[in-house]
Amino acid sequence: MNKRNHKNNGNLQRVMTIAAGNGDMGFVREVEKRSGADLSACFHCRCCAGGCPFIEAMDYAPHGIIRLAQLGLRDEVLQSATIWTCVGCHTCSIACPMAIDMAAVMDAMRGIALETDAAIAEPDVLDFHREVLRSIERYGRTHKLEIMMRYKVKTRDWFTDMDVGLRMLAKRKLDLLPSKVKNTQDLKRMFRETAERGTP
Amino acid sequence: MSRSKRIPLSYFPGCSMATTAKENNRSLIEFCERIGYDLIEVPDWNCCGSSSAHSVDAELAQDLAARNLTLAPKGRPLLAACPNCMLRLRGAQRHLAEVPDAQQRCEARWGRPVDPNLKLIHFFDLLAGADMKGLNKTSPGLKGMKFVPYYGCMLARPPAMRHEPNHHGLMEKILSDLGAEPRRWGYGARCCGTFLSVVRPDVVGAMVDAIFRNAAAAGADCLVTACAMCHMNLEVRSTLQNRIPVLHFSEALALAVGEGNGKDWFSRHLVDPRPLLRSARLIA
Ligand code: SF4
Ligand code: SF4
Repeated sequence: MNKRNHKNNGNLQRVMTIAAGNGDMGFVREVEKRSGADLSACFHCRCCAGGCPFIEAMDYAPHGIIRLAQLGLRDEVLQSATIWTCVGCHTCSIACPMAIDMAAVMDAMRGIALETDAAIAEPDVLDFHREVLRSIERYGRTHKLEIMMRYKVKTRDWFTDMDVGLRMLAKRKLDLLPSKVKNTQDLKRMFRETAERGTP
Repeated sequence: MSRSKRIPLSYFPGCSMATTAKENNRSLIEFCERIGYDLIEVPDWNCCGSSSAHSVDAELAQDLAARNLTLAPKGRPLLAACPNCMLRLRGAQRHLAEVPDAQQRCEARWGRPVDPNLKLIHFFDLLAGADMKGLNKTSPGLKGMKFVPYYGCMLARPPAMRHEPNHHGLMEKILSDLGAEPRRWGYGARCCGTFLSVVRPDVVGAMVDAIFRNAAAAGADCLVTACAMCHMNLEVRSTLQNRIPVLHFSEALALAVGEGNGKDWFSRHLVDPRPLLRSARLIA
């Protein structure tokens, strides 16, 4: 074996030592249980990464997230930008030879991140999702204008998209009043019970 | 189609079609009527949860989508046109069938029975069985319209649904049967960015611009989209000065059967398609 290979082997060894020393192997089981995906089936062919349209906005590639989980590196996963950047488009799932449901894996990881109060790498994404849910709670449907206004207040970003909003209003694409369900009590009760459960 | 053969369908519009994409909704309803289906809106339907509910709470996401299943009358198939809504409704139905107690829990929560055999059909399923060639004979058709089909993530799905029919190529097939000319390109299955359009407009803007540039390079006069959210993200996020219009698939279909005139649909687009439609003699 030449020297270079030997050195690489040494590095690999080191990574494995970290995993064995600090890894949380209960984490990968929990992700598997919630997502229904078998993460040990992933052999890192990177087909998912090749097709993911948002990989440039991620800190770890989708298969990298699976690798971290396999190694039990729980905090790295839960604090990653990737789990919040993934939009669940399933582009990767149709390319994956092992039929791993990446969107479900990311859902599971986000769920654990929220339940364990992990540091959120992309708080704006979470703010946006919360505004959408608040709108559904109030009206049963999404009221886009209000979602956008409240999101803007939360992120204190008034100027990006001002022009877009005005153009949409001019084209009657943003309704001033929400489209509503009649029986909002039904939904409010459900949201109350969800809140009592502890999430989101 | 004769009166006697008309088929009633329950219809789930979803938030986008009911609000931002009313032109998509109206053209879809009118086209369906034209080919013999009467759409009856599901009473008091609620948001399917969109991309947000499942992102933060799996159980809440299932409950939200499942409420709609309890509202659909038994025995009448339920039609949806938004790919994301359809995915959520199908996911909820699968959840009710596969998870022990899920159906009982759902019925207890909403106080109504849910039909486990409710047939869920996407607009594409409906079109796949329809005969468009016959329709073309009695209508002006789309002769001369060069388009690229934009499916977004619509044809992608989770592995658990991989055995369900896939309508790859359906827009090309139907619109060319109606006289239009599909152009080949490589961006038809690029995801539109969904919520990243709001949170990361920089990322989505660059991607959407690439989509428009490639559509124009392929020689298309317009893009045809199958999803109201895709339509909005494409129109809203592009930073290009000159770009071709984006038509909803249902608008293209309605135009093909001569339902385009006198409609206020096209004035709702951020990129006005009317000059193109006039030059193709699809509207006056
Ligand atoms: S495509 Fe599937 S098997 Fe390949 S790296 Fe990605 S998740 Fe793993
Ligand atoms: S589901 Fe997530 S990881 Fe997979 S391609 Fe879409 S954004 Fe990328």
